[in-house]
Amino acid sequence: MIDRNRWLTFLTHLVLCIGVLVIVFPIYLAVVGATHSSQEMAQSPIPIWFGSEGLTNFKTILMGEGPGVTTQLPVSRMMWVSLITALCIAFGKITISLLSAFAIVYFQFPFRKTVFWGIFVTLMLPVEVRIVPTYKVIADFGMVNSFAGLTIPLIASATATFLFRQFFLTVPDELTEDVKMDGAKPMRFFWDVLLPLSKTSMAALFVIQFIYGWNQYLWPLLMSTEERMYPIVMGIRSMTAGADSQIQWNLVMSTAILALLPPALVVVLMQKWFIKGLVDTEK
Amino acid sequence: MLSLGLLILNGDKKVIFKSSWLPWVLIAPQAFIILVFFFWPATQALVQSFQQSDVFGTKVEWNGLENFASLWRDDTYLASFKTTAIFSILVAGLGISLSLFLAFFADRITRGAWVYRTLLILPYAVAPVVAGVLWLFLFSPSVGLASYMLEKLGVQWNALLNSNHAMALIVIASVWKQISYNFLFFLAGFQSIPKSLIEAAAIDGASVWKRFWTIQLPLLTPTTFFLLVVNTVYAFFETFGIVDATTRGGPGKDTAILVYKVYFDGFKAMDLGGSAAQSVILMFIVISLTVIQFKYVERKVNY
Amino acid sequence: MASITLTHIQKTYGLGAKGNTVIQDFSAEIMDGEFVVIVGPSGCGKSTLLRMVAGLEEITKGDISIGNRVVNQVEPSERDIAMVFQNYALYPHMSVFDNMAYGLKIANKPLDEIKARVAKAAKILELSHLLQRKPRELSGGQRQRVAMGRAIVRQPQVFLFDEPLSNLDAKLRAQTRLEIQKLHRELGITSLFVTHDQVEAMTLAQRMIVMNGGVMEQFGTPEEVYNRPASTFVASFIGSPPMNLLKHAPDLAEGQILGIRPEHLEISDHGWALKVDTVELLGAERLVHAQFENEAITLRLDASLTAPKIGELFHAKPKEGCIHHFSAETGKRL
Repeated sequence: MIDRNRWLTFLTHLVLCIGVLVIVFPIYLAVVGATHSSQEMAQSPIPIWFGSEGLTNFKTILMGEGPGVTTQLPVSRMMWVSLITALCIAFGKITISLLSAFAIVYFQFPFRKTVFWGIFVTLMLPVEVRIVPTYKVIADFGMVNSFAGLTIPLIASATATFLFRQFFLTVPDELTEDVKMDGAKPMRFFWDVLLPLSKTSMAALFVIQFIYGWNQYLWPLLMSTEERMYPIVMGIRSMTAGADSQIQWNLVMSTAILALLPPALVVVLMQKWFIKGLVDTEK
Repeated sequence: MLSLGLLILNGDKKVIFKSSWLPWVLIAPQAFIILVFFFWPATQALVQSFQQSDVFGTKVEWNGLENFASLWRDDTYLASFKTTAIFSILVAGLGISLSLFLAFFADRITRGAWVYRTLLILPYAVAPVVAGVLWLFLFSPSVGLASYMLEKLGVQWNALLNSNHAMALIVIASVWKQISYNFLFFLAGFQSIPKSLIEAAAIDGASVWKRFWTIQLPLLTPTTFFLLVVNTVYAFFETFGIVDATTRGGPGKDTAILVYKVYFDGFKAMDLGGSAAQSVILMFIVISLTVIQFKYVERKVNY
Repeated sequence: MASITLTHIQKTYGLGAKGNTVIQDFSAEIMDGEFVVIVGPSGCGKSTLLRMVAGLEEITKGDISIGNRVVNQVEPSERDIAMVFQNYALYPHMSVFDNMAYGLKIANKPLDEIKARVAKAAKILELSHLLQRKPRELSGGQRQRVAMGRAIVRQPQVFLFDEPLSNLDAKLRAQTRLEIQKLHRELGITSLFVTHDQVEAMTLAQRMIVMNGGVMEQFGTPEEVYNRPASTFVASFIGSPPMNLLKHAPDLAEGQILGIRPEHLEISDHGWALKVDTVELLGAERLVHAQFENEAITLRLDASLTAPKIGELFHAKPKEGCIHHFSAETGKRL
């Protein structure tokens, strides 16, 4: 219990409070902006306390009607696209990674090392680096403007596979031996033993991949030329496309709130798994 | 998000299942996707970088290294390199120092720590493009609170015309978004230092400040290095949304970081060969950074 | 060099009714230059006491003085003390030299003086050839010596030891005990040594504090503690094998406990009637575990004497003047 210095404790809390304030302020401002009318948000300085137009604003953008909507598309549709994309990416990635990690760790087969390295290489190249040719492949498959096109190329990378691999390596051999002695098939082992043990890792990965999928921007930018396939992060961008004076900040802020709410909820509610997932994948 | 680290390639399991067909079936989904949507396009990018095609994509000529050479001669490309370098140094530098600062203080408190932590990790959930929009709003020339206050201080803010303002805007937005991630890792780092070391240093006569500099900071070197690489990769690639939401590479091309240029040249300017060449160079940079990190972590000192 | 005075020390964790008081009303005076050992079982509060002297734990009530200065509010860095931790707490990123020089560097001592003092301490502890190594390259015993070197180099007023030998193997422990004794003879710095091992206490202490449940059971020289234990706890804690404590014996009054050490019982023709349970040969001695009026009793006999066999009945007599009486209710010496 060293440094019982009162002043130091005060300073600590002061610094943290200021830090938190600065970090949270843009989000706070977004909430404020979402609760005012467009007139109120068009004068400087803007109000910094909540207004009463929140419900109206949200209705406007969700339904896609009312004054000043720059896209014809209701935000509700965009949120739907984002949700499907995020869930597909999260579940897709977890599923194929579980299977691959299982195969790599528990089976002996020719070219095992090659396969391992091949998967490893994908860690090094995020989608941003191969956008043009990957787009071409999708286009050739006719998958532009589809959920498949939005999700499948993004579940290729190997983060999850490695996390599961590392985890499987820590599972005691005795468990496998038990199952083998009972004469059970490998898939039985996978289903009855491995999966239940992996629940925490799956939860951790889910948080990270859901956020990753929900927040995808560059890829949908290329994939979705029709507005009906815009995720919400794209929609918000197109709302700010015009000149600064034309932007309906109250609606933009309402959309921003909707765009960040689901990932924020996932992060806050699943905080423990999230932090574990972050720290584990980087080990 | 690049995630590498200590990948133990040894440590095979001793108890193995035998099957000639099952592992292939299990690998198939990932292998298929990787082959079709990863290796194939990556190879194509490589091939395309040596080619030149016209706008309609009908005529294709072999260009050898000409695409790369012309990039080298291209002032805008070199400028983009410089911009990206400055940008990533600022983002990594500020992102790491600010989060280290916050983590140091967060490590000192026991009660109420979870409140601070919960609030500080919020930016992680915000998409880069949304982060860009939020800061665009704060710095909006007409209604932005930040630009309002700057004006009061005598600074005429205009990110559309002033390159420094534009760079400041994307740096601030990028750092804001990355602080959560860095903070969490630094906090974990601080908390992994045994308490007895701090006590020993205190008994040896070291003040809080001295202990930070001589004990805690050196022991955080692995974490710092790791974050340096991750933040650099982040600045290179994941900030696309921020740039697209705020400056769109402007004014002119003054904030066109490399990844933005790849997108712009490939999809707006339709220079496929040039864009492919840029992609290849980017791939090379990422691989180098990854290898550096991997090599360093392998040689990581284990206390 | 300084004395340490503890006055009515109380340590309570938590507040109000839910508070847990681990140390009640503890007072002791440690003389300048003395080597005092605090010994007791795990959880008795000895480490807490030490840490309060070091300034690593808050003092709930009472005063601690080092020299003539009340140090309750003084930071550890300003108490002019040095401490050897149980797990050594060496700075992993620094060499042995830098570990030992750390305190001096913080105090802005000139480089020559630092080098000289480190070299001197390294010579005493036989670390001179290891000065450039890092802690992870050292064995447990070497690390322990570096920890001590770090403390010696500071030339503080007080040395504090928190079970520093616990992580060493038996042979190294015995060796290091001798080295610590030697160091204290040479340097003469006031030392407070905490351990749960009564052998360490007996061999190292000039005076020792026997502690149990946050309370001081006895504060005296090893001879006093061994020959005139103040309570049944001290009697059974110090000495191996422990003193025999009997509730029933001839001529024993009601509500009293009779204490007799195993080595103070002799085989005789008449006396107490014992039946042998087990016999252990230790080499130079033999331990005979027997039953005496339904209580267990242990005798320590010279190995050259013929030992009784298992199941055999024999007689034993306590030596003159070696009987102790304790109150059965309070455990205190009568």
